[in-house]
Amino acid sequence: MKQRTHMLLSIASLVMLGAVIWWANGNLNAYYTRVANTAAIYVVAAVSYNLINGTVGALSLGPNGFMALGGYTIALLMLPIAQKQMVYFLEPLIWPFSAFSLQPNYYLIGLILSGVIAALGAFLIGWPCLRLKGDYLAIATFGFGEIIFVLANNMLSVTNGALGIKGLPELTNLWWSWGMAAATIFIIKNVVNSSFGRAMRAVRDNEVAAEAMGINVSRTKMLAFLISGFFGGISGALMVMLISTISPTLFMFTMTFNLLIIVVLGGLGSITGATVTAVLFAVLQEVLRTVESPIDLGFIQWPGIPGMRMVVFSVLLILMMLFYRRGLFGSWEFSWEWLLSKLRRKEVPQCQQQINK
Amino acid sequence: MSAADKQIILDVQNVTMAFGGLVAVKDFSLQIRQNQLVGLIGPNGAGKTTVFNIITGQYRPTKGSIIFTGQDITGLNPSAVTKAGIARTFQNIRLFTSMTVLENVLVAYHCRLKSSVWSAFFALPSYRREDSLLRAKGMELLEQVDLAHLANEKAGALPYGQQRRLEIARALATGPRLLLLDEPAAGMNPEETAKLTNFIREIRDRFDLTVFLIEHDMSLVMKVCEEIRVLDYGQTIAHGTPAEIQQNARVIEAYLGEAEDHA
Repeated sequence: MKQRTHMLLSIASLVMLGAVIWWANGNLNAYYTRVANTAAIYVVAAVSYNLINGTVGALSLGPNGFMALGGYTIALLMLPIAQKQMVYFLEPLIWPFSAFSLQPNYYLIGLILSGVIAALGAFLIGWPCLRLKGDYLAIATFGFGEIIFVLANNMLSVTNGALGIKGLPELTNLWWSWGMAAATIFIIKNVVNSSFGRAMRAVRDNEVAAEAMGINVSRTKMLAFLISGFFGGISGALMVMLISTISPTLFMFTMTFNLLIIVVLGGLGSITGATVTAVLFAVLQEVLRTVESPIDLGFIQWPGIPGMRMVVFSVLLILMMLFYRRGLFGSWEFSWEWLLSKLRRKEVPQCQQQINK
Repeated sequence: MSAADKQIILDVQNVTMAFGGLVAVKDFSLQIRQNQLVGLIGPNGAGKTTVFNIITGQYRPTKGSIIFTGQDITGLNPSAVTKAGIARTFQNIRLFTSMTVLENVLVAYHCRLKSSVWSAFFALPSYRREDSLLRAKGMELLEQVDLAHLANEKAGALPYGQQRRLEIARALATGPRLLLLDEPAAGMNPEETAKLTNFIREIRDRFDLTVFLIEHDMSLVMKVCEEIRVLDYGQTIAHGTPAEIQQNARVIEAYLGEAEDHA
């Protein structure tokens, strides 16, 4: 009974989301649409990154590598053949990518393949590295991100090097981005609440005890890594198909840094936190453009300093660590049960008033 | 004693564990029969916990082998040993502190989960059915060990004695045939220790267990154990019934130091 109510509420909120997107498609201008798309892509990336850093408690610094893998995969799959011949003028594109391209209506397949390739990357890096702990894992995964960056710069016949790939069809729209965000949240929430998620949290809390309770620690970490890599790849693919171009600089370490800010500010391990903060981050990034433009307050002249936004975020992060280490949401998760109990509590005084009468 | 004709469940054969030049356990052998309550005592640093760590697969012994229910489990990793049917608790409590009491127990069921990852991804009805079954099973276990009223509390927030109890409950949830308890009475007052003594006997009977425990509290060891082994500097110096151990000159020597010659 209770489960059915919650499911109905979930379906209702999905319908609401659909209605909002439908409205937004007709009424938002290109700029706001772009921000809304970016927000959803950050949600996908942050929620999947949070699975490793928050739920399993392993500090990974390589999500930009997963995003790059997904981004290049989708670019190679979706770029029209005619465009492929034009873009790769330094060195021709290798077979089989030179021979085919997916039609736009196979976008979903492209996205899933991007996720699969990124998950494959996660497997290759996770296999030797997941036995490492703490700082060592962080360094190794950081290295992974850098390797992808260097490869992207130098494998001319696949990635077209520093010139990047241009002229991709702009397939990511609000339906795709928010649909994928909803799917990511749905699946990762299911995983976290399942027995597999409990195993992940057990590994985070106490690895020795988890192992003694029959949990295969490396397999559990690998599962989280694969899921995280998969959705990380999809987020990269969505982003590439939103801005219709990819180059090695798109997914540099700054992307990991952004995601790290999002999950730490939101509260490590909280899907709710990652989601809300990802949206806030995307919006704030636009709002804070004002601090990068010259400001004239009459008595003081503020020259525009590019990159000032990141200073603001960094200061926010420092303040958060000093005064509110748990993040905005701590380990709290939104649930229908919580919402319903809140609503009920509000109703109680009314009932009592009636009784008093 | 009737235990003598029961089958041997754990057979530790000539195990030696050396860390570089330091020999922590030397040529240790032990046989435990089904449903026995065996104690392992010895002064600090005698190698007791090392024996546990070898049996549960945390360490791979330098020499020797461990046979559990006829199966060679030497060198298996800890999770595989647990699946084979050996569960343990820790000397310094190692609970999953940020998880609830119930979740702590549920984690222990994970190694026997039947559902696939895919069914968990999409929360398919088949997965949800198994999960709610596990929850019911977990609650039942918590009731048996008197922790049901705390099911939704964070494990880290429990008082010390109940944390110990939860650790044992969690070990029981893995469905063991052999339970290893590492200093279960550490830090307990006499009253709590007396309760624990009964509790250990109770779970042995209720869950058809064999129990192997390390303990410094002699009141518990002497009351609960049917057989006791004494370790000193990694070597077995005595074994026998509690009464025999209490009389054993070498044990007294190990604990109290060498007796001076009376002139």
